[in-house]
Amino acid sequence: MLDLDKYSSLGEALSAALDRWPDETCLIEADRDRENARLTYRQFKQAALPLASALQRAGLAEGTRVAVLMTNQSKWLIAAYAIFFCGGILVPLDYKLSADEQLKLLAHSRAEFLIIEYPIWRSITKSPAFGSIATRLVLVTEAPAGAELWGAQRWEDFLDVREPQFVPRRREDAACIVYSSGTGGRPKGCVLTHGNYLEQCKALTTWYPFWPGVRYLSILPTNHAIDFMVGFIGPFVCGACVVHLRTLRPEFVREAFVRYRITYVTLVPAIIKNLERGLRDKFDALSSWKRSMLHAMTAVNKRLTRKRANRKLSRMLLPAVHKAFGGELLALITGGAFIEPATLQFFYDLGIPVANGYGLTEACTVLTVNDLKPFRANTVGKPLPGVQLRILNPDPEGIGEVAARSDTIMSKYLDEPEMTAETIVDGWLITGDLGRIDANGHLQLFGRKKNMIVTEEGKNIYPEDIESAFDRVPVKEFCVFAANYLWPAHSMVGEQLVVVLRLNQGQPLTDEIVEKLSECNRRLVNYKRVHGYLVWDRDFPRTASMKIKRGELAEQIRAGARRDSVTPL
Amino acid sequence: MKTLDKTTDEILQLAAKHFDVAPDKLCPDDDFFKKLGINSLQALDLLTRLEQHFHIELPDYELQGVSDFRTLAERIHARL
Repeated sequence: MLDLDKYSSLGEALSAALDRWPDETCLIEADRDRENARLTYRQFKQAALPLASALQRAGLAEGTRVAVLMTNQSKWLIAAYAIFFCGGILVPLDYKLSADEQLKLLAHSRAEFLIIEYPIWRSITKSPAFGSIATRLVLVTEAPAGAELWGAQRWEDFLDVREPQFVPRRREDAACIVYSSGTGGRPKGCVLTHGNYLEQCKALTTWYPFWPGVRYLSILPTNHAIDFMVGFIGPFVCGACVVHLRTLRPEFVREAFVRYRITYVTLVPAIIKNLERGLRDKFDALSSWKRSMLHAMTAVNKRLTRKRANRKLSRMLLPAVHKAFGGELLALITGGAFIEPATLQFFYDLGIPVANGYGLTEACTVLTVNDLKPFRANTVGKPLPGVQLRILNPDPEGIGEVAARSDTIMSKYLDEPEMTAETIVDGWLITGDLGRIDANGHLQLFGRKKNMIVTEEGKNIYPEDIESAFDRVPVKEFCVFAANYLWPAHSMVGEQLVVVLRLNQGQPLTDEIVEKLSECNRRLVNYKRVHGYLVWDRDFPRTASMKIKRGELAEQIRAGARRDSVTPL
Repeated sequence: MKTLDKTTDEILQLAAKHFDVAPDKLCPDDDFFKKLGINSLQALDLLTRLEQHFHIELPDYELQGVSDFRTLAERIHARL
């Protein structure tokens, strides 16, 4: 891989990579059983520079913010490189958000340029908030011939063959603004520097290296911190190859493992659990003789890899399982949410290690990763090189709030100095997660100190972001909390939301109120729904500006009600 | 050639059957994620079922931002 200490910016490092491995394949874009694109590093450069040139001539200069809103595909990475080449700041936005949410984040980021896939653009133009869009240039990809463009320009018509000028950036300059959450409430735009990314990449590839010939299957959206690092920056600075799929239907994902002999893939816990269920079903359907053989071989593999993974041995003992994953899979990478130890153990016993880690967007990508020396299912691994962890105010069991210090910690939240000051204290990132560092230096997580939940699909849900959904419930006041925040559970699984209701003086809790509550709840997407309600008998404490004092209210509820007094909806 | 209304109706019927809900509970303007309580993986599963029924190929990216049956029907109808 490149010696990243030599480079000051992502643009510089990526440019060096494109020149270092011109004939290696860097990108494959597959669509079902077809291939849309296969690019070498040289061809990638040839595709990106005309875009950089055109963007530069359209006014993209150092510090200009450019939003990218695309599903995982080759143009995502080409656009990102062109932006870094011109010294711009990349704002990766989540294509899975609603058009209103995307417009809100676009406005918050003050991106001047937007590069977007046509179907997403079409959806955005239908939003009532579309009129407020303030970008001065919109570039659309995949627009059908003759399609209405609503003022946007076509990617292919926009390119300029003249030589662009590389714009150097310093390590402390902003590279990306990444939104960690807050689509319904206060947007949290993490400003991450070039130095953050270069240090993160260096640390991560020390434990999980890439090299020419490695093929990384990019499924997690590239706007997500993890895929941006392990599905773009990491592979590219090591001469490896990224495989994009234009469809995520399970049958085509399964085929891709085999066809492209995938080396690494990142999956959210929900998908890994799905995979586990699928495998267990297949094992159950085997004849009793084959099933017994499989269990025996799994037990042998488990015993022989107890201290260290041994992929050659595992592939020999369990050839059919490994063949189904393409035969060259080194590890499943997971992150973004907590995964149950039993699931990790299931895969490890089959000889497929899951690189389980812990991180936050605020820390660039990851802080800790399982180093597999030996594998441990009940931790989120050890701190990566360069990461220091501290447990604040530990209880007698050593459990307290996790704080981290590293060169990968963001510089700030965009336009939120107070929130930044609360989150980064004396150089330490206050994570809001509860953990303990064991005798072997592994971090174990035990719940959250902050009022939020993370779904198995890796989505951060802040209760205040969904409260407006219950505005029409006819009660005096209400407040949504994460149940584990109200009643600390020392658990990272089964996280739920609870709506606390305060009725008017003399108002009974009627069926109509409960029905209204259910109706409002159903209007939320499934992962944002509250689990139940709790009727509270006191007025909520409020600030002078009438905001609910959530912390104080939570303390009152903690002292006055038990978790089992929540009525499921 | 099917009408858009007919396509929409067939989609509602198929979705109801696929997720085991009463067909009369679903309307063209319903958000299928919310109404059916499904996640994006389950939505992909429904799309595969719809592709088989209509004998078309429906790219995932064509459906970004689509969450109601009516728009889904328009996208499918345009490919018939």
